[in-house]
Amino acid sequence: MTAAAFYDLEGTLVSTNLVHTLGFYARRQQGAWQTLRKSATTLVSLPLFAATDQYSRKVFNDVFFQRYKGESEDRLRYFAEELFEEVLKPAVFPGTFDLIEKSKSLGIRQVVVTGALDVSVRHLMEYLGIETWVCNHLEFVNGFATGRLLPPVLAAATKAKWIREYAEREGINLSESYAYSDSMSDLPMLSIVGHPAAVNPDMRLRQTALHHDWAILDLK
Amino acid sequence: MPLQLRRKTHESVVHIDRDSAPRIVAHGTEFLLEDLPVGTRVIYPNAPIKGLPNPEAAIRYALNHPHGCDPLHAQLEPGMRVTIAVDDISMPLPPMQTPDIRQTVLEILVDMLHGHGVDDVHIIIAVSLHRHMTESEMKRMSGERVFKDFYPDRYYNHDAEDESNLVELGKNRHGEPLRINRRAAESDLLIYVNLNFVPMNGGHKSVGVGLCDYESLRAHHEPHTIRASDSYMDPHGSELARKIARVGVLADEKLNVFHIETTLNNRMFKSDFDFLTKNEDDFSAMDRIKFEAMRFSVSKLPRKAKLLAHNQLRSNYELIAVHAGKTDPVHDKIIEKSMQQYVVPIEGQCDILICPIPELSPYNVNTNLNPLLVQVMALGYHFNMYRGKPLLKKGGVLILHHPCHDEFDHKFHPSYIEFFNRLLPESRDACYLRDKYEREFAANPSYISMYRRGNAYHGAHPFFMWYWGENGRAHVGKVIAAGAENAHVPARMGWERSDNLTEAIAMARSYMGRNAEITMLHQPVIAICDVT
Repeated sequence: MTAAAFYDLEGTLVSTNLVHTLGFYARRQQGAWQTLRKSATTLVSLPLFAATDQYSRKVFNDVFFQRYKGESEDRLRYFAEELFEEVLKPAVFPGTFDLIEKSKSLGIRQVVVTGALDVSVRHLMEYLGIETWVCNHLEFVNGFATGRLLPPVLAAATKAKWIREYAEREGINLSESYAYSDSMSDLPMLSIVGHPAAVNPDMRLRQTALHHDWAILDLK
Repeated sequence: MPLQLRRKTHESVVHIDRDSAPRIVAHGTEFLLEDLPVGTRVIYPNAPIKGLPNPEAAIRYALNHPHGCDPLHAQLEPGMRVTIAVDDISMPLPPMQTPDIRQTVLEILVDMLHGHGVDDVHIIIAVSLHRHMTESEMKRMSGERVFKDFYPDRYYNHDAEDESNLVELGKNRHGEPLRINRRAAESDLLIYVNLNFVPMNGGHKSVGVGLCDYESLRAHHEPHTIRASDSYMDPHGSELARKIARVGVLADEKLNVFHIETTLNNRMFKSDFDFLTKNEDDFSAMDRIKFEAMRFSVSKLPRKAKLLAHNQLRSNYELIAVHAGKTDPVHDKIIEKSMQQYVVPIEGQCDILICPIPELSPYNVNTNLNPLLVQVMALGYHFNMYRGKPLLKKGGVLILHHPCHDEFDHKFHPSYIEFFNRLLPESRDACYLRDKYEREFAANPSYISMYRRGNAYHGAHPFFMWYWGENGRAHVGKVIAAGAENAHVPARMGWERSDNLTEAIAMARSYMGRNAEITMLHQPVIAICDVT
């Protein structure tokens, strides 16, 4: 039986979050008016995103991914590489590569479990040398986003559920596995492995990590 | 020893009589007053040797009159690549008041190098697997001028996990590797600035340990070596020193190393706290007032504030010797001088050794003394402060006096927490722990990240701390934690506990007999007991 290292992505390995990706696409709409309108909408929605994220990750997802409604699948995929080069690649924390490299040297599997969208994740995973990753997918009808996510929606407890099922399927010993996250919403994911670590944690997760004697990493 | 036969054998050895004053007994961040049983032998630090009147001149003289090689200035050429490695702030204890002696040496070196057209100079703190020093600690140690000129690009901590900046010098005939810092290894000249505070340090340990990686270190930082050391504070009886030397010679063979070793006297405190190292029978009225004022004010502080105040203590050490040149002749001279300062002749071993533990150790500068460090101070450092025979008889009782709080610093000692809570409940067998878990901790990516990017001790460091107490554990019959505020820390360590020192002495006597000889190390003390 082997072990694995499970990583959250945004805020943990890279400094960007879902809003950066949304903002990137908002700036690349068809025509100046659309770009301006979408960018302004994204900007004024920031307090709403922050409030819903504090309240519940599920509510946040419901509200947040509605902003993608009407986006064409082709456009999202077309700009994915540019998104990686301009936004995600520069946002990789300085300590990320070293953490992954040391983790790989243990001979354990490297798995990213993220609530980010597939379009923003693929190139980044290749760049980080991660072969196994799972993320969220937008629902498309006739090539246009409906503003909903395809199940299973990865957030909070569902990340832990996915990890449990993956471990069972692949014969991975969770007691010997590692998990890294920056957010209190990933508490379930951190709680099911033997070696949890809070990475660049917010105040709530830092307090929890101190309380449980978890490692606290700063990759910035 | 019968009372009528008791006599003053040495100025640092005092026997408690019926009219003796109570003794100051360290208890973590506090100092208590305790009446000790009549006949108890109390060991104090020797009187300080007078410091050198002009340290700068002494350092320059040493650089110009080295042992076994050309003077430093004769080895310098314009354009050469020089690395200065320097000991970290784990010593001396408490940290020196500024200027730290390392600052004085560094400023002289930097000026000399600059004057000879040597500009490719890096200063590396030889932390080995210790925690990286913080920016403010580095600034305090080197002084403003050196810090400003070199930090951060040319003044930094050694990183034992930076694969790209490590280079293997080879293996000795025992197959033990030595892999050290690449910059140091590839320099035309490596200058090592050592501050020798206890006889275990300096010599081959400087380069061979200070600049090495985990694999090199684990060859000699292991339980069997410590068990075979009698003691590791006595260079002649230390298996640890022998093993480090046989690896360290690789550095001498492959590199051009110029050692500068310094040693200090034991003027630990300035006049405001010097009563802590005095015989209480000789206290003046002012000493009593100062002690009572300190005891009262500290007792009113919350625990965090006590620790903060304790960590503000600064020592008043003075330079008593400095030598430069090749490893062995320099180290021999320094050890000779430091032994002159530290050795206290002791007649006869004791049955019960009382070892108060102040919140001072090489591993908790600017933080608290966690349970593993209490262990290493009692069964490691203080037990090993002897040459000849151990101060405590085989099978005797060691009483340590410390609150043993179950508190660990998450920033500095993260792997200690897992070691204490996960491994010790499973086993206290050092060999078992080494075989089963040491590499796991050493390779833990979280601990490596915290060591490299933060200020954490390396993941394997708590193991070394446990091994450090190995010969003490094998020697003593029983350990009693006097004044421990909880039951579970002593229990996990395999110790008994008592509410206070008086109760601990009664427990120890019930084990060793009513006529048991009792000795107390009057803490804080740096003394090598020469037991005959």
